[in-house]
Formats: sequence, C-alpha cells, structure tokens
Amino acid sequence: MTRLRIAKARADLIEGVRRWELWSVLGWHDIRQRYRRSKLGPFWITLSMGVMVGAMGVVYSELFNMNVREYLPFLAVGLIVWSFLSVPIVEGCNVFIGSEGVIRQLRAPLSVHVLRMMWRNVIILAHNMVIYFVVLAVFGLWPGATALLAIPGAIIVCLTGVWTALLAGLLSARFRDIPYMTGTVMQILFLVTPVLWSETQLSSNIRLIAQLNPFYHLIESVRMPLLGSVPPLATWATALGVTVAGWAVTLAFFVRYRERIAYWI
Amino acid sequence: MACIRLDHVSVSFPIYTAGSRSIRARLMAAGSSGRIATDAASRVLVRGLEDVSAEIVHGERVALVGRNGAGKTTMLRVMAGIYEPVAGTATVEGKVAPLFEVALGMDPESTGYENIVLRGLYLGLSKAEIRAKADEIAEFTELGSFLSLPLRTYSAGMQARLSFAVSTCIDPEILLLDEGIGAGDAAFLEKARKRLNAFVARAGILVLASHSDTLVRQLCTRALLLDQGRIVACGPVDEVLARYRGEA
Repeated sequence: MTRLRIAKARADLIEGVRRWELWSVLGWHDIRQRYRRSKLGPFWITLSMGVMVGAMGVVYSELFNMNVREYLPFLAVGLIVWSFLSVPIVEGCNVFIGSEGVIRQLRAPLSVHVLRMMWRNVIILAHNMVIYFVVLAVFGLWPGATALLAIPGAIIVCLTGVWTALLAGLLSARFRDIPYMTGTVMQILFLVTPVLWSETQLSSNIRLIAQLNPFYHLIESVRMPLLGSVPPLATWATALGVTVAGWAVTLAFFVRYRERIAYWI
Repeated sequence: MACIRLDHVSVSFPIYTAGSRSIRARLMAAGSSGRIATDAASRVLVRGLEDVSAEIVHGERVALVGRNGAGKTTMLRVMAGIYEPVAGTATVEGKVAPLFEVALGMDPESTGYENIVLRGLYLGLSKAEIRAKADEIAEFTELGSFLSLPLRTYSAGMQARLSFAVSTCIDPEILLLDEGIGAGDAAFLEKARKRLNAFVARAGILVLASHSDTLVRQLCTRALLLDQGRIVACGPVDEVLARYRGEA
C-alpha cells in the first residue's frame, strides 16, 4: 500500500514538472486575467511595488535615522524577496481549493496547480526586479559579480515556495481554517522578520529573534548578494536545511494524503 | 488495448460540514438515496459506491442507469482516475477523455479560443498539437466569431459544443460522458452522435451516464443499473432498462 502511494506521489510530481507547457500557460494566463482591461496591465505589479518602496524608503529612513542611500536599496530588495517568499505560502492555501472545478473534472497531476502558482510568482518577481535595477541606477550602486550569488539563493527560496504551497494547499483542502490562520501568521512574521529593519538595529541580547527565524536566512541568502556582500555560511546552511527538511515533511504528507485531495475539495 | 476493470471498488465521501447528528438526521429524512453512515471518528460519510466490480473491454458501449444519487457520476469519476477508491482497485488502460458537467473546468472570463487551448493542455496535448487541431475544433463547434468572446457570454448549449469538441478531438480510447451533450440543439446532437458513432466504430470504450432512454438505446449495447452505490443489474440495454422502468 505504502509503496503504491509513494509510486503514485512520485509519478504526480514528475508528470507535473513534465507538463510545463500547461502550468506556464496557466501562470501567464492568471497574470493576464488579473490585469485584463486595465491600461497599464501587469506593469501595475512594478508600479505598486515601486511606490511602496519609494514612500516607505523615505519615511522609514527618517524614522530609523538612516541614510536613504543605505536604507532604500535594503528595503527594496527586502520587500521584493519577502513577497516572493510569502506569497506562495498565502496563495498556496488556495491551490487545490481554487482549482476544484478542474480537479473534479479532469485528471491532471495535482502538482500542476502548485507549479502554476509558483510560475505566476516568478513572473511577478521578474516584474519587481525592475525596481531593483532602478534603485541601483538612482543611487549609483553596483554590487559586482557577487550579485550572481543571489541566483542559488533564489533557487532555494523558489524550492521553499513550492513545498510550502504544496503543504499549505493540502492542509487547507482538509481544514478550511488554515487559509485564514496563514494570512494572520504571515502578517506577524512580516513584522518580526528583518525586512523593514535590519538585524543590526536589535540590541545584542534579542538578536536571537532574527537568528532563529528561518525566513530571515532565506531572505538574506538573496538580499545580501544583491546588495554586494557574501552571505555567511550559517545563512546558506540554514536556508538549505529548511528547504530539505520542509520537503521531507511535505513529501510524507503528500504521499499519505494525495489521493484524498479530490475528496476534500 | 483500452480496458476498464473495477475490482470490489468502494468510495465514500467524508462530509466535514455535517458533523452533528441533527444534520445527519436531516439528511436521512431528506431521503437521499446515497447511503449515509458514520466512520470511527463519527464523521458523516456518504457512500458513493459499495463493492462495485465491473469489467469493460475495448469496443464496448456501456450505459450507467439509475436514479439520482445512485452513484453514476461517482463511478465515472473513478473510471477517470479522479477519485481513487477507498477500498478495492480500479485499473484503467487507455487515454481517457472525461466529459462531465460542461461548465466545470472552463474559465468564464477567457475567450473560446483560450479555453480550447487550456482544456487541450489539461487533456495532455502540447501547444503545437492544439494549434494543429484548433481549426478542426472551431469548425466542429460552429461558433464562428463567438470563439473570440469570453465564455461567460455563451449559452449552456454553446458551452456544451465547445467542451464536447475539445474533449473528443484528442482521439481518446475511452470516452466518459455524463449527460454532457444534452444541452446542445438538435442539429448539434446529430453531429455529436455521428462523432460518437465514429468513435465507437474505432473500438474505443464509451461509458455514458444518462437518464435518456433514447440516448442510451442509440449509443450503448450494455447497461449497468446502479442503486445506492451498488450494481443491481447488468446486461443488454433493453433488459436492464425494462427492469429499471419496471421498478420505478
């Protein structure tokens, strides 16, 4: 029984990845649909992030008594990476519930719905990265080749996004309180994770709050290279560790409960 | 070679919203013909199928008949691989094209063309394959310029045309129909019937759940009579229909 379940879960994931044409079209389709009939279209993604970064950058640098030149790029990258990390968790809750019609009508790998959501967020990330380059240009910054280290970091964050969404989607299909709970928890996490502020602003006896927060390390593995510094080994190790451990837990759940999802939704 | 084999298949649905006994009692009073029971954790369970065994081989055209809630749609969904049985095994060999409620799985805000592409991709075609078949599908639907309008502007019959055209264009070996084509007008039904007959002639498997005796007689050779999730009769269409009508 267990062996059969493992084989089927594996087949679902492999087949899901193989159906890239399907989820990439669906991901694009979602973006187009969201901005259909708006004049600026998906450019709104870039614009709203840009306005947020500009406004918060000016106000919070004043609040924190920091140089705008130093604070604003930090904030910009932080917000972009945070959104890439947190949106899959929040939207992940609805990957299966939201595709109820299709799941009950057609047989396609369930992982397709997760990958569709992830692809949508990769597209949003690409739109938001425009802000990063604008900020670099405005402040005359150049992180150099170190910035390329953000790529492995981004891949780790992306893999984390997939497992969190798969797990959140599966649990939410069964327990309908999870989407609301996740929304609340993510809001709190946003405030206690060093996104708007930096770890160095904490007094040394409570820095542990940041150090023990896996989200902090995931963000740092992308943010630090983009701002021109190499992340410490502990950051890489934690980010990677969280991803591997998360996938292990998620796979266990997926193997056991994959076949139930169609009944739950 | 296409083939469907159900071996002692049982399916039951946990109803999480109906946790209390009073709701359960109300469900019972409403006279649902599905069986309602509770499991170990005292959740309400609705029995969809109970210990169903059947074998359908290539070239067979089988009708599922029975009252509302007898388990016809559930059985089709098991054959489509959407519901995996709680007990027993379901083996399905061959490319399956399910065609259930026509509106399900279509995006009302997208145009007809976009829905053709999306549905085709879901059914396992590549973009290139869909492009190659797009004209044929468009022609079959006879929807013309409506195909560039959002699906929400379509009537039920037009939606039925579209999903029927896409689902049958993938050259399936197994076609599962759930009253799907009932919404079309007479001319379309005739066209759909021709396509179904051509499909059947290629020795594919057709499974049709329907309340229409005419449709069942026209398309099927064998029938399964379902009642409360069990197969109570199985045989030539006329015999099974006679028994079903006799009981009802």
